[in-house]
Amino acid sequence: MKRLAAALFAIAVSTTANAQDDPPPLEVDVVGGIQAPMAIAVPSIPSQSGDLAIGRQIAEVISSDLRATGLFTPLGPTGIASYSYAQASNPVYATWRNAGAAALVSGYVEQDPGGRLTLACYLFDVAAGRELARQGFAVNAGDWRRAAHKCADLVYSRLSGEQPFLDTKVVYVAETGPKNARVKRIAIMDSDGTNHRYLTAGRATVLTPRFSPRGDKLVYMSYQGRRPRVYVMDVATGQERLLVPGTAFTFAPRFSPDGRQIVFSMAAGGNTDIYVVSADGGTPRRLTATPGADTSPSFSPDGNRIVFESDRSGSQQLYVMNYDGSNQRRISFGGGQYASPMWSPRGDLIAFTKIGGGAFRIGVMGPSGSGERLLTNAWQDEGPSWAPNGQFVMFHRTAQGSGNATLYAVSINGGQPRRMPTPVGGSDPSWSPLNN
Amino acid sequence: MKKSVLIGMTALALVACGKKTPPAEIPPATTEQPANPPGTATDDSVDLVELPAMQADLIAKAGSDTVYFGTDEYSLDAQSQATLAAQARWMMANPSVRASIEGHADERGTREYNLALGERRANAAKEFLIAQGVPAGRLTTISWGKERPVAVGSNEEAWAQNRRAVTVVVR
Repeated sequence: MKRLAAALFAIAVSTTANAQDDPPPLEVDVVGGIQAPMAIAVPSIPSQSGDLAIGRQIAEVISSDLRATGLFTPLGPTGIASYSYAQASNPVYATWRNAGAAALVSGYVEQDPGGRLTLACYLFDVAAGRELARQGFAVNAGDWRRAAHKCADLVYSRLSGEQPFLDTKVVYVAETGPKNARVKRIAIMDSDGTNHRYLTAGRATVLTPRFSPRGDKLVYMSYQGRRPRVYVMDVATGQERLLVPGTAFTFAPRFSPDGRQIVFSMAAGGNTDIYVVSADGGTPRRLTATPGADTSPSFSPDGNRIVFESDRSGSQQLYVMNYDGSNQRRISFGGGQYASPMWSPRGDLIAFTKIGGGAFRIGVMGPSGSGERLLTNAWQDEGPSWAPNGQFVMFHRTAQGSGNATLYAVSINGGQPRRMPTPVGGSDPSWSPLNN
Repeated sequence: MKKSVLIGMTALALVACGKKTPPAEIPPATTEQPANPPGTATDDSVDLVELPAMQADLIAKAGSDTVYFGTDEYSLDAQSQATLAAQARWMMANPSVRASIEGHADERGTREYNLALGERRANAAKEFLIAQGVPAGRLTTISWGKERPVAVGSNEEAWAQNRRAVTVVVR
């Protein structure tokens, strides 16, 4: 965020210097802590082959991605002129200034007979008339959307100073059917809603799918055999394996940051505690032993600590402990109840569900419990999952009455939550790491 | 000219994409504690298969297969205890079947917490059946959390119906 302001400022300064060119005024409006979106031109991208369709499709994906960040107002590709192949790296700045753009994303597409597609992606500061970034992305032609996401990530990252997050996937629980007979299937999609497919058939209810840190596996809970237990699935093959052999009731699983362990809850005799086990199986090691319900564990990104919720004090609150279960201490003291924490991949924040006043809201706080901020306001928002850059949180919003659930994403810097496009209802989103 | 620049850029991009920070190491375990014993069902077969005719018989003879709970509570009131005592008599009269006690919660709790709460409710009912003489080996528990409401409204009446433990007769 800070660097975006700096970039805008730099553009604004050079605007003054080039006042005789009559560039559009750039204003760094801060409304309720939100940066006014930057106008950025994303014209259709020319192809070496003269194929107009692919360059337009790529520009549409880039434009849509940039809009989704909340930091940009993309201009184009619809309603804005394109440019020649030769101008891809050498833009006519005045054209884009006159179009009202502060920045320009340009490039060109090359396709070889072997089925490879290369997208050259350039970012220009239009007012200052200089190049800010360039990178080429080579993909199989069928994966052209990946190249577009990478280009959008380059632009987002260069102008915001944050790590990329657009070339990612989302796994979630797809929900269909009436409230009292809801069918729940695990589904996976690109984080813009495309390439959607189901990973389970829906005969058994499934909950809480979560990605491994490399994105190649999922850990989740399934009721197959009418026994709720945690399973691990290989995303590519769909093969699944019971995590803890036997009939023990296991739930609330998450991978450790190195992917070697899975932390989860196991309940027996009316008591729920937190355990950790090798992702390959073996004997679980118990981490908590209070009579309360200890659940929703999530590792810190360095693997040294675990945040979880417990009602040992009489109501659901957040606690942090060391990886071995030692030094358990409460961190939430803001009034109300706190649930389903997840530690940011950047380590600086913990996202949670706050329960109070008959509603659930998504919030963030520091790992010591300081600086609590609520990000949403609806009847029931729960189950936060971090984008890999720690700047956005995805969650599900349940409608009162119908119980229909929908996925949303919200920036930790504020602003309105953005509805995620899913073909059916959705809950329990898990944001993947950045694609390789 | 531009092409060679682009090829260089592409190579750089691929290197950049492949580069990942090494994953954090989890220090080795310092304590080894055995896991809690798994569910008490002793049968080797893991999957639970419902027996609809026997279920109907349980409901007819015991009056109900369901007991209800207060908000965020798992204690059994007098009415629930009477229902469970009748269920226990039926279970002892039908020694060939087992039961899966299924705990449920209303929609006002978070998903994972409600899974724990449902287990507490199922366990409370199971412990009462055992105290009435039903062998522990014939009883198991599962929790549905808030995933299987019977009443679909978002109001007190619906929530009261959904905070329940159901004795499901299984093979």
